[in-house]
Amino acid sequence: MDFLTSSDFWFLSLTSLAKTIFLIFLVVLPMVSYTVYAERRVSALIQDRVGPNRTGFPTSLIPGFTKDFSPFLGGLGQPVADAVKFLLKEDFVPGHVNKLYFWLAPCLAMMPAIVTLAAIPFGSEFLGVKMVVADINVGLLFMFAISSVSVYGIVLAGWSSNSKYPFLGGIRSTSQMISYELCMGLSAVPVLLVCGSTGLSSIVNYQVREGWLLAPFTNGGLSFREIALWVPIIIAFITFTISMFAETNRLPFDLPESETELVAGYHTEYSSMKFALFFLGEYTAMIAGSALIVVLFLGGWHLPFIPDGAGQGGLNFLHAIPSWIWGLVNITAFFAKVAVLLLVFIWIRWTLPRFRYDQLMKLGWLYLFEIALVNIFLTAGILAFTK
Amino acid sequence: MSTETAAPAVPMVNVQIDGVWLQFPKGTRVIEACGQAQKFIPRYCYHPKLSSPGNCRMCMVEMGMPKMTPDRKPVLGADGKPEIAWIPRPQISCAQDVAEGMGIRTGSPMVEEARKGVLEFLLINHPLDCPICDQAGECRLQEFSVEFGQGESRFLDEKVKKPKNVELGPRITLDAERCILCTRCIRFMKEVANDDVLGIVERGSFNSIACHPDRILDNNYSLNTVDICPVGALTSNDFRFKMRVWFLKETKTIDVNCGTGANIIIGSRENTIYRITPRENNDVNGVWLPDSHRLNFKYVADERRLTKPTVKGQPVDWRTATAIAAEILKAHTAEQLWLVASGRQTNEELFLTSRLIDALEIEKQHDILPRTGEADGLLIAADRNPNTTGAKLIGLCTSKPGSRLKKLVEGVRSGAIKTVITLGEDLTKCGLTADDLKKLDAIIALDILPNQTTPHATVLLPASAWVEKRGSMINVKGRLQRLNRAVAAPGEAHDDWEILRDLIAAVSGSNGLAVIEDVFKAMAADHSEFAGLSLSKIGDLGLPVVTEKTPEPEPAAAN
Amino acid sequence: MAYVVPRPNLTWKEKIYLPSIVAGMAITFKHLKRMIKGETHVVMQYPEEKWDKSMPDHYRGAPTLVTDEHGRERCVACQLCEFICPPRAITIKPEEIPADNKFAKVEKRPKEFEIDMIRCIYCGLCEEVCPEQAIFLRKDYAITGITRAEMVHDKAKLYELGGVFTGLVNKWNPKK
Repeated sequence: MDFLTSSDFWFLSLTSLAKTIFLIFLVVLPMVSYTVYAERRVSALIQDRVGPNRTGFPTSLIPGFTKDFSPFLGGLGQPVADAVKFLLKEDFVPGHVNKLYFWLAPCLAMMPAIVTLAAIPFGSEFLGVKMVVADINVGLLFMFAISSVSVYGIVLAGWSSNSKYPFLGGIRSTSQMISYELCMGLSAVPVLLVCGSTGLSSIVNYQVREGWLLAPFTNGGLSFREIALWVPIIIAFITFTISMFAETNRLPFDLPESETELVAGYHTEYSSMKFALFFLGEYTAMIAGSALIVVLFLGGWHLPFIPDGAGQGGLNFLHAIPSWIWGLVNITAFFAKVAVLLLVFIWIRWTLPRFRYDQLMKLGWLYLFEIALVNIFLTAGILAFTK
Repeated sequence: MSTETAAPAVPMVNVQIDGVWLQFPKGTRVIEACGQAQKFIPRYCYHPKLSSPGNCRMCMVEMGMPKMTPDRKPVLGADGKPEIAWIPRPQISCAQDVAEGMGIRTGSPMVEEARKGVLEFLLINHPLDCPICDQAGECRLQEFSVEFGQGESRFLDEKVKKPKNVELGPRITLDAERCILCTRCIRFMKEVANDDVLGIVERGSFNSIACHPDRILDNNYSLNTVDICPVGALTSNDFRFKMRVWFLKETKTIDVNCGTGANIIIGSRENTIYRITPRENNDVNGVWLPDSHRLNFKYVADERRLTKPTVKGQPVDWRTATAIAAEILKAHTAEQLWLVASGRQTNEELFLTSRLIDALEIEKQHDILPRTGEADGLLIAADRNPNTTGAKLIGLCTSKPGSRLKKLVEGVRSGAIKTVITLGEDLTKCGLTADDLKKLDAIIALDILPNQTTPHATVLLPASAWVEKRGSMINVKGRLQRLNRAVAAPGEAHDDWEILRDLIAAVSGSNGLAVIEDVFKAMAADHSEFAGLSLSKIGDLGLPVVTEKTPEPEPAAAN
Repeated sequence: MAYVVPRPNLTWKEKIYLPSIVAGMAITFKHLKRMIKGETHVVMQYPEEKWDKSMPDHYRGAPTLVTDEHGRERCVACQLCEFICPPRAITIKPEEIPADNKFAKVEKRPKEFEIDMIRCIYCGLCEEVCPEQAIFLRKDYAITGITRAEMVHDKAKLYELGGVFTGLVNKWNPKK
């Protein structure tokens, strides 16, 4: 009771709410819509096309204006138009579906992706508030646990649609996501061994102190231990990234919705906002995945060579800058890294062809799983011998 | 038109056609023999129902007779067959009968050369206005030019100008430039229609078909000249420029304008009938059809057609209309009901009518309305009802159709008869007046067009016209023939047999008839004449089912 | 008979795929770079850029009807185009030319000639089949409308689009 009336409680509640709103509505959702836009633009450029470049605002509908207003880059209104279209389209539910699960599936696809974001530290401190919604000490386990729920969205969508293509898509994604979850979990273990914690904030703090795991030179120097650990960390990074592609159903692992075989896979029967929820879920999962890679391997919010506000290495003038600016810089650095990773996601999608199903299973179970397993022992050995 | 060809005593002769020895009865035309041997000979002037003048020269073949030894014995070849001495010039095949040992070549280079030459001559003065010509698509000149012609013209001079767009009669237009002077039309008018009004005038390349100056071509069989014209010289005013023939869907059915039941083809496109042409049936109409019958189809597409069931003038749905009709029928005793059937109904409809009569327990209170006219001695029968024979067979009328109608008039005037069912007939033609109709409790009428009775009808049920339904009829000679559907009925109009079935079901419960084949089956079970038959077994040409000659109906007093 | 495609023997480097993935990404990045720098130009920006001027003569745009140099409608309503039209876009109602018309000797003309431009597939078979050289596919390609009825071109509209065509068919012209 004391806690409920204490100022700590109100402070925590209000700041958590503010962080959640900021993260979801000001960062993630716009990021999702502009990732879709980037996907279309980048794919067009890669394929020697132009892409959506003209959607502006129909100001000519207002009396007195003769021209539509298009921002100078052109096409930046596209995500807005897409969102409006999704909201205004007929929300059609086919007659042959299982209504309850048909409605439940899009929610289950969207929610886990958003919830996983809670444990991500997306900045250092801003006005004295830690920039993570829930700083729990089992952050990584939490993320794995929640993201594995997202398979239910896809399976339920495939099953409740009562139609063969969604059904096949649902089956494929079940086995695919379960297979690659194993390998993803195992790939993260070397990171935990090195950092000695499952809390994501601790992992980031370790990297701020000792240099990024993937680039240990960011704290100034390279010890023998760091060089020796580099090998297993790079292997872990590669297997983790590949598993992340498979987990988010991105090409070259988009078998659950491969258009050429399954029309649109598990969301064939969906339209309007329900379809949009799948879409949002997919891209949010992509952002969450990128954020996790950034946290685990790329130093989180840390800006290399310029430690947060603490003027070291002769850069004393940095002391003059107020600390809230550093908070903002760190948040920006984090999302910049995420954005770069998202571009890599897109870039890979438009480069590689889709795997065949047996190849996918073989890769997951016969190679990545073993490599990740051996990698753990390799890391442990190096840690033991270089203590 | 004789069917009695039991075991012909005609001797057979051996003929070699394109190297194959075949047997034909003596007296067969060479052109027919070749046709039977699957060797088609192109022809213009030859028509199997007309005489053979042999003037078009299109049917030329190479002919030969057996080589004879000096003692008049045929010289036998290595295969034991007679050797043939070929005639050095091609001969026409339409005016020559087959003979023993005759040889025919239908595709030799000489024959092909001869056909090319004939076609080139025929096309010299032809205007080649096929895009405009109505015959295009069924034109023998087009077909043979493609198949046997040479494909180009060597003619450099001006073509001869001849009269175009000449009104030969009220129904026929002549384009003399297109004419190839086969004289089929002249021979038809002379030999079949017995009305010798056509002839050839002018001379040389100015030859042209013309009508006798004091006469016009207005014979009731004149449109048959359009059918037999191999080119587009004679065209029907009714069909002229209406529709290209290749669009027409052809439905084989029979004519219902008189008891003859002439076999016809209905040409329709997208639910519109454009023309009716005769269909060959040597047991009924040969290949001819009277103009009056052929042109009597416009009323089917009349905009006044009944399209919605009405009760006391108010449109209702079918279920309601049938229920109300059944209620009216059940509210009366059998003695208060009278049913007027029709000689225009099909056998299936008549049979269901008899079932309705049974269900209502009506006795002798039913008849059909007779229609008679003058027989023309050719194809138009005196009985203008197409199915009087069927009505008699199924028991809708006595052997004298219309003889009971007097009792209907008496009953209505005395007030004994309260309700009348009429199946497609106008009651005012049965002897009743409009005042009589007002006295009735109710009239249940089934019809396709409004008439004197329909304004008085309590329940009015829209039915299908003869081109819109399937069924069978028996002509005056006792031949069972089949009607087929060419177009769909307008609006909500139903098939007559369906209306009757629903009415019977509403009066006496379901009868399990789902398709018209079921009706025929039930009818075959009740009437031995139809035993073992079905609508598909009747075939396109029909079957004789009633052998005894039915007496011609006497004219009804009311008519 | 089954034919077994021989599989290539991959080297160790090829088997781990990663180098070829990187090579592939380099290729796509090259395209991206060239596109951004404006070195690739393959797409025409339609409403601003049009190829009206460089459009070839064989371009198949909207089908139209033409009149000849004397103002005669060339179409004689033979309905061959209606017959050949694969999507059945053409509907013709023929009529006889009245005797007092100056082209009465042609006898026949279309009373109604409708082309449903929603159905038309611009195949050009109507032009090819026409025995009177009356129907031509012109260069109009931006055929738009707000209602379905608007998209059905009637006779007046077809002649308006088609205009006058001289030559080719002289058989109806007065003899010299």
